Amino acid sequence: MTLLSAEMAFSPKRVGALVMRYLYLMRSSWPRLAELVYWPAVQMLTWGFLQTYIRAQAGASGVGGAMAVAGGTLIGALLLWDTLFRCQLGFSVSFMEEMWSRNIANLLISPLRPIEFVAALMTMSLIRMAIGLVPVTLLAFWFFGFNLWGLGLALVGFFLNLVLTSWAIGLAVSGLVLRNGLGAEGLVWSVLFFIMPFACVYYPVAALPPWLQTIAWCLPPTYVFEGLRAAVVDRQLRADLMLEALAINAGLMALGAAAFLALVDSARKAGALLSMGE
Amino acid sequence: MPATPAIEARQLVKRFGATTAVDAISFAVEAGTVVGLLGGNGAGKTTTIGMIMGLTLPSAGEVRALGVDMARDRYRALGRMNFESPYVDMPHRLTVRQNLRVFGRLYGVSGLEKRIETLAADLALEPFLDRPAGSLSAGQKTRVALAKALINDPELLLLDEPTASLDPDTADWVRGRLEAFRRDRGATILLASHNMAEVERLCGRVLMLKQGRIVDDGSPDELIARYGRNSLEEVFLDVARAPAEEGAR
Repeated sequence: MTLLSAEMAFSPKRVGALVMRYLYLMRSSWPRLAELVYWPAVQMLTWGFLQTYIRAQAGASGVGGAMAVAGGTLIGALLLWDTLFRCQLGFSVSFMEEMWSRNIANLLISPLRPIEFVAALMTMSLIRMAIGLVPVTLLAFWFFGFNLWGLGLALVGFFLNLVLTSWAIGLAVSGLVLRNGLGAEGLVWSVLFFIMPFACVYYPVAALPPWLQTIAWCLPPTYVFEGLRAAVVDRQLRADLMLEALAINAGLMALGAAAFLALVDSARKAGALLSMGE
Repeated sequence: MPATPAIEARQLVKRFGATTAVDAISFAVEAGTVVGLLGGNGAGKTTTIGMIMGLTLPSAGEVRALGVDMARDRYRALGRMNFESPYVDMPHRLTVRQNLRVFGRLYGVSGLEKRIETLAADLALEPFLDRPAGSLSAGQKTRVALAKALINDPELLLLDEPTASLDPDTADWVRGRLEAFRRDRGATILLASHNMAEVERLCGRVLMLKQGRIVDDGSPDELIARYGRNSLEEVFLDVARAPAEEGAR
């Protein structure tokens, strides 16, 4: 009982201390802050102009149908994809800051529990994602008249599911980096792009071959992007999709947390935590 | 009733694949003493310290720090101990003061700003307290790392080559601060080093490690007398150059 309570004790003050460390870092470097907005803004403008062009062409030629659907959802899909990507980066990059500064051993020999470390990373993922994406959603409205916030309740479902997926992936990737050192750093930036084709960000699941559709429906983001198309094109709130995504996300979070703890344990067995590097 | 040792290792083993880094060592460190782990590169000093902190899991045996089994229950002891090594850095872009604030809060230090001021005065950090840690010289960084290691006024301080890469003057100054800390706090210090002058000056007892085994144990004077040498450095060379099978005396 004592053993369990010491291991599982949770201190918001320690979480706050670590969040403060990341905020100090962010404050110390304006290029880091600017970078959070730069890529989402550039991408949104590029895809926004493409959407405007496709819609105009579809309208002029009277094609309608698939072209109109694609043209109507590009900006929304991009903004939600960036929510997923930026949230995962916010989690993983905050973790990587400890690796890059060779500070990880200092944290792991402090009273900071793994669950508090993870809570601080989750908090930072939300902060970084908000800094990057809120201004871009306003830009999207200003430039292209696309109001992401107008999705209302559907947006809450999309957001919740994407954040949970990003945390589950962030946990597993951070565990892998902790276990394998900076050699595994590339995963931080690349891992989400592996699932992108199957998550059907810019096209409906029906566009995939049947056997790939099965894989696609195992990924929570697929439900979100299908839900987005339903909301934007058909004006439908697909709560069923959000609930199914939530159920898969619950499993993914459990797997991510288990992977993280197992990889920390494995790193302790391998004696890797005192010699972090390439 | 005998006091609980600050550190107690029993048949502690660490294997990395086919390599045995620490080979069934047993020792106890009495509270309030300074003990040196002396050995060449690869002798098992850092691995032993890693196991004492619970950062590395033993392959066999047990290690207790401040009465706590560190492989299983380390969070009961971590707030009462600390660690410093030149091979572990602090966030470079944060100022010294910010770093100390973060670690002070992680350790739940009360009266933190006052504690930072005291440490800054003791370790002469004031001139660069508001400079980024990454912009400091090696000597200044060592003092900052020491301030971080002392932020929670630890009962047990683990040091891994604390003066490596420092010039003799700065190294001597750091040793003076460590002596003062032990004297004033009554803390226990375990010091891993292959700097003989440091070990002779600071340590009342030395554990000599070779290929993961404790091959000798005694005060610097006892070891020098036992080997019939003039200095600990000569003893170290004797031990390092002796065939492995000669083992402990």
